[in-house]
Formats: sequence, structure tokens, C-alpha cells
Amino acid sequence: MAGLIAYGAYVPYHRLARTDVAAALGGKGGKGTRAVAGYDEDSTSMAVEAARGALARDGLRARVSQLFLATAAPAYLDKTNATAVHAALGLDPHVLAADMAGSVRSGLGALVTAARSPVTTLTVLSDLRTGLPGGSDEVAGGDGAAAFVFGGHRNGAPVIAELLAHDTVSDEILDRWRLPGAPVSRVWEERFAEEIYVSLADRALTAALDHAAVDIGSIDHFVVAGLHARACAAVRRTAGVRAEAVTPDLAGVIGNAGTAQPGLLLADVLDRARSGETIALVVLGDGAGVLLLRTTDALPAHRAARPVAAQIAQGSAPMPYATYLSWRGLLDREPPRRPDPEPPYAPPAHRRTGWKYGFVASRCEKCATRHLPPDRVCTSCRSVDAMTDEPMADVRGTVATFTVDRLAATPSPPMLVVVVDYDGGGRFRCQLTDATEADAVIGARVEMTFRRTVTASGVHNYFWKARPVRTGETEGTH
Amino acid sequence: MGSHGIRDRVAIVGMGCTPFGEHWTRSADDLLIDAVGEAVTSAGITLDDIDAYWFGTQASGVSGLTLSRALHLPHKPVTRVENMCATGSEALRNACYAVASGAYDVAMAVGVEKLKDSGMSGLSGTVIPGAGDDSRGEITAPANFSLLAPAYAAKYGLAGEEMKDVITRIAWKNHVNGARNPRAQFRKEVPLERIRSAPIVAGMLGVFDCSGVSDGSAAAIVVRAEDAYKYTDKPIFVKALSFVAGPADGLLDPEYDFTTFPEVVASAQEAYRQAGITDPRAELALAEVHDCFTPTELVLMEDLGFSERGQGWKDVTSGAFDLDGSLPVNPDGGLKAFGHPIGASGLRMMFEAWLQLRGEAPAERTVKSVAEGRSLALTHNLGGGPGECVSFVSVVGSQLTE
Repeated sequence: MAGLIAYGAYVPYHRLARTDVAAALGGKGGKGTRAVAGYDEDSTSMAVEAARGALARDGLRARVSQLFLATAAPAYLDKTNATAVHAALGLDPHVLAADMAGSVRSGLGALVTAARSPVTTLTVLSDLRTGLPGGSDEVAGGDGAAAFVFGGHRNGAPVIAELLAHDTVSDEILDRWRLPGAPVSRVWEERFAEEIYVSLADRALTAALDHAAVDIGSIDHFVVAGLHARACAAVRRTAGVRAEAVTPDLAGVIGNAGTAQPGLLLADVLDRARSGETIALVVLGDGAGVLLLRTTDALPAHRAARPVAAQIAQGSAPMPYATYLSWRGLLDREPPRRPDPEPPYAPPAHRRTGWKYGFVASRCEKCATRHLPPDRVCTSCRSVDAMTDEPMADVRGTVATFTVDRLAATPSPPMLVVVVDYDGGGRFRCQLTDATEADAVIGARVEMTFRRTVTASGVHNYFWKARPVRTGETEGTH
Repeated sequence: MGSHGIRDRVAIVGMGCTPFGEHWTRSADDLLIDAVGEAVTSAGITLDDIDAYWFGTQASGVSGLTLSRALHLPHKPVTRVENMCATGSEALRNACYAVASGAYDVAMAVGVEKLKDSGMSGLSGTVIPGAGDDSRGEITAPANFSLLAPAYAAKYGLAGEEMKDVITRIAWKNHVNGARNPRAQFRKEVPLERIRSAPIVAGMLGVFDCSGVSDGSAAAIVVRAEDAYKYTDKPIFVKALSFVAGPADGLLDPEYDFTTFPEVVASAQEAYRQAGITDPRAELALAEVHDCFTPTELVLMEDLGFSERGQGWKDVTSGAFDLDGSLPVNPDGGLKAFGHPIGASGLRMMFEAWLQLRGEAPAERTVKSVAEGRSLALTHNLGGGPGECVSFVSVVGSQLTE
């Protein structure tokens, strides 16, 4: 039986309170908070974090045959972004990695492609939503990622949600658009497309329900995602599902993550759905699409280790609006009097892809000493070329010593630096992220996270940082 | 096989040292011309008498041409050396070995660095790609050395405020000394409270816990010991030259605890062996050490054997290393008061040993240990940072061993 076999979601740590936007700019601003990608995150790094969550189960990584990255905020054009995700996950070189980038609807495209693919497919939806200061896209937007593995064609990977049916309708509508390079979207008068979307959703939903022979009244979780908030609300209200089946859209707490929003909402439902329940995921944008899923008995035992609700609960206190603006490149601040950061050099970065993207260290075959970064010569017994790969991305550690570097060039000073001693051996000095100075103390527990450390000379430098292990999360699994 | 040292085989017979500071109107060429000129004058010779040069700079020029072009040297061997912040010391070490080998009669070591032209704060102009994949997470020098402070405080049970008091006193002492030195960049005493409350740069380190950014140059002339009195009646004899590059495993190995520089321990033990020193705290008249940041000097007191492990902070607090203490450390004001023009610092330290052992330091900062009969001085400098560094230790003396 084919269907969903794993999922994971990533909600960035930081939050922006909408009232702070209003306090700075005037106006109402709205209620609640939105999730904000760190200064060291982008759609690629968030995709890695979500995919790590989806692939946490032993043996799953080796089964993935193709990877699609869907985003409307690609870190690069021309160059594939999915290959960075592929490298960070340490997938087999023969696994296809391709972007579905540019439009928000690519998230639906990637999900449907994965769901009906004949091979095990990892699809990752990731997005940053940015608008001009005070605009609705800034205030209502959000950042995040979600990842899904569809498969189950062979024995050994229990399906947690069976794909009952899907349908898509495509329609050319000029309701939202952005010229390449433009900083923000333009939107036609919202009421224009509302009725069109309600109609499109009805057609897709009816087709999917007919195909699966499911009655609309038996839908247990009705998820509607899309950037057209009025249309989404209308579909929720008029589709005919039971009122208690309509799921919250989380916009009040994390905002609307665009391409990733259907993924985050679906993950949130999977975090709490019971066995044998029917989920309808409706996605609006340049048409409509519906995925009809039914959870299985395997779901409760195979939920994501980090529920969406827990990640929301563990978010930061609201950050200063000025900090948000500078992280987004909307507030150009005075740099430190330091040399400009250097970009990584392409050949050495390529030679060390396993380390740089995968955080794969080495272990001496003679004396078992771990080396971060990987070495050819053992620092302990000095054996030469007697090393085996030692994946370290999921190994936690303890802070041995630390500093706060107030002089270093960083998009978000000061730079927190920790020396990490890993469980089971090995040491590495790296930045501490998603943290305050109070988190940098000897003895603090940390885990690794994939980040975009800096962008220099038009090159993104991806590497790993430590972040605090937040209380309330279980030790051991990612 | 073995390390044999060259105790009493060569002597320094001339030295020069420019004032260190913000030399906006002078180039690296200007500075080294002045230091070299002072050195040859003090030895009573001309450049025609120098047979070979070792020239140390990290970023103010490449190849021997940097020196030979500035001085228009006529077809002499000039070797440029670099070993991070120990570059000046490395130049001296090579010049000494060249003379000791018999290859040359007279060699000169020159160090220079021009940092202020870059417009940057801190060290700059040194683009070292390292692995090139930008996974190293480079941090600034003050942040790197600040890693020592919480580790030392945690290991020896000092509260954060106590630790801050200790490093504050180190900065205070070196500024007191530098205030008495006409060649120092900073020539004012700084009150303890001002040091303590200065803006924080990294970790526990405030502005006054960091050495300054300055320009400078220093030079030394080396001859065989038996020729020394032809040039001066007060030569300084080289007792030990010890240099190590560590395995750089402190950032790999959880066994390293950030309260020591094993490279310094190794180079100091070797230097004491070469020089025949068994109790450095009692035998040395003074020590010039690499106080790039105040926690560095604290840890060095233990690594160089001046204090017992875990006791350095008490000796610092009690004034043991003050100008009038039992072992004056950095009587010239150190990197703290001089700044740290990388290629020049090691030779600047040797210049203070030269002055003090010859009784030529200004009266207000002359160490009394020389008059009391001690005749040995130690210079130490290191490059890199905690966990991975190079370390140099020399011992020089005004007397030949009986």
C-alpha cells in the first residue's frame, strides 16, 4: 500500500509580535505573533531541519529515491537548492534532487508528485514570507518548513496515512504575482478571486471525494491552506464539512508560511489525529488541489518527534521589530570595523561536502578517537588514513567553555561561541544560535542545527551551529 | 638525535626598537629603517658588516625583498619568516642559529608590522583561508583568548567577579609599567575601576583587557659569543631558544580544559633545560611574556612555572609580578602598553631584556633584581590561541656561564 510513511515540521525559534510592528509604524498591526526565520536561516536550511525530522527513523534515509524542494523563496536561482538539502541529509548520490521553486503552488505540486510517485519520495516545503514594513504580507506572513515521505510500496515502512484520492484543478488567475527580483508581491483586489477559489475548491474536493467514495460529512480533519485568506475562510465555512472538523490555520501564532503552510498544517493534524481518521487537505492558489488521506494504526507510533504545537510553544519571546527588519535586509545597519566576511571557496567546499553539509566527522579505526572536522591523521595515536565516517549531526553535546564575541562580523551581533564536547567523544568550536547570552554557560546541553552562517560575495555559506536543547523536548532523538 | 641548544654560543651586541603606536605618517619601511639604524649604531657597525638577515612580518610584506628594497641592501641573503604572533622571535631564533652554525659572522633579525593602515579594529590583513570551506567559524582574537576566563574560573572556584578582579589587576600593572616607558603606545596609568568598567569586547574581556593595535619595528644584531666584546662591553648572551608548534588538538580533544597552553609548557621546559634553570621564579631577573589579553598572562604565569597550578591568580593579586615584585613580568608594559605589531613584538620583548640586563632601562622602571645579582631574562611569545598555538621561549643573560 502506498501512502505517507513519515513527516516532520520545522517552525523557527523566533517570533515577531504584530503589535510591535504597529508600535513602530503606527496603525493597528493585528494580534498575535508570526514565526521568523533566524538571520542564519533560509528556505534551504529550514528544509534541512524539517527533513531531518521526517527522516529520524532508522533506515528511512536509505530508502529515499527522490527529493523535491518546493519554495517561493529559493536561496539561489540557476543553482539547485535541493542538492544542498540532499548533501545535508547525506542521501545517496543517485537520489534525484530537484527544486520546484518560484510559485507558492509548487508546494502542492511537490506533495501531489510525491503522493503519486512509484518510488519513495521525500518532498520538502519551505518558505520565508516577507513584505514591505507594515504590509499585510509581513504582518500575516510566517516562515517554516515541512517534509513528507511517501512510499510504502515495499514491506518494512508502515504507512501512517493512506492516500485515498487526490485532485487538482488549474486556473490562470492574476490574483497575486511578483516580478523576479521584486521584494514583495502585488495583490489584486482580494474580493475578485474569492468566489473563483471557492468554486475551484469545491470542484477539486468533489472530485477527490467521489473518487474515494467518501462522504464530506465523514471528514475528520479539514485543512485549508492558501495565501488568499478570505478565500480560505470562505472554503472552510461553505464546504459542508462538520464544524468541529475544521482545523485552525495557526496564522495567529506563526503566520502563513506560504509554500510551507499546507505542510505545516498537515503536520499539525498528523501530530494529533487518531487512527482511521480522514484528512482532507485543500490548497488554494492558481487553482485548487486536494489530498484525501486516511490515517492508519501505525500513525500513533510514528509521529514526528517534534510536534508543531511543541515548536510553537517553545518559540522565543517576541523579538524587537528593528532586529527583524535588519535580519530581513530591510534595515541596513552599520557593520563592525572588521574585514568583510570571506565566502567559502568552491573547490574545498566541494572536497569536504560530507563535513560541511552533512557534519560527518571521522573516527580513528585504531583508537576510536573522534575528529571534528575529519582528519587523515589521528590526533591521538597518529595513525594515517585509518578513519571511518562518523555522522555527528544528531549527536548532542555539552558546552566546555564559551565566549560572546562583540567584535565579530555577524548579521546579528554579538556572536555566541561555544566549545562543544559531544556525547561519546569529540570536540568542536562553533556558533551558538537561537539563544541568548544566558544560554552560553559551561555545562549547557546543545544539539546541532543546519544554518546559513553568512552570505559573502553572493555566496551562501551553509554550515552547522549548536543550539540549546530546550526543556520539554525528549533527549535522544532529533 | 636531540635538541642541543646553543647556550652561550652567540650574543646580541646591538638592538633597536622604534616607539610603538599609531604611526599614521610613517610606513613599514620607515619603521624598519629606524629600528635597523638604531641597532647598527648601538653595535658601532654599519650595514656593510651584516652578513645575513632574518626578517619577520606576518602581513606587511612578503619575501626578503621587503627588507632589502627598503634598505637597498646590496645582494645579501634576506629570509622572510612568519610564525603568527611569534614571528619576531622566530626571526631572532633563525639568525642566532645561522651564526651558531658558523655560516655567518654577523646576522641581523628584524621584525616589523604596520597594522594601523588597514582601518580595521584588531588584527587584520591576514587572509588565511584555512580549510577554505568556511566551516571553521573564525572568531576574533579577543573572543578566542576569552575562552580561557570562564574555564579557569570554573576549575579553580573563582566567582565571575573575582576572576574579573584578577585580570583587571594584570592590565593595571602593565599600564603602570608602560607609563614609565617612552617607547610604549599607551603611557598613562589607568585606574582599576576604569579598567574594570570598560566596555566589553568579548566574554569577560573589556577594552583594557586587550592589547592595542599599533605599528612598530625592532631589530637585533647577533654575533658569535667570543666576538661579542669587540662590539660592546655589555653583550647579552643567548642561553636558550625554544620554539614549538603544537599538534593543534585542543579544539578537537575534550581532555583539553582551556586553563593552560601545553605548547608553552613544552617550550618553557625545553628552554629551562637548555639554559640550566631549575627555579625560574627565583633565578630570572625579569620576564617579558605574551600578554595579548589579560587571561593569557594569568595562564602563562602557571605554564612558565612562575606559579603553582591554580595559584597564579593569587600571585597576580598579591603583586608578585609587579615592577617591585619577586619576579617582575612585563616591566616594559607588555603588549598591553605597546600594542602588538605582530612581526615586531618578539624582538620588542628582547629589547627590554637588553635594556634591563645592561642597566639601561629608565630609573623609574628598572627592576631591582638585576642589582641584586640576577642576570637572566626570559622572553615568551605565542601565536594562535587556546587549543592550537605556537610558542617561543628564550632565556638570555648578561654573564657567560662559568
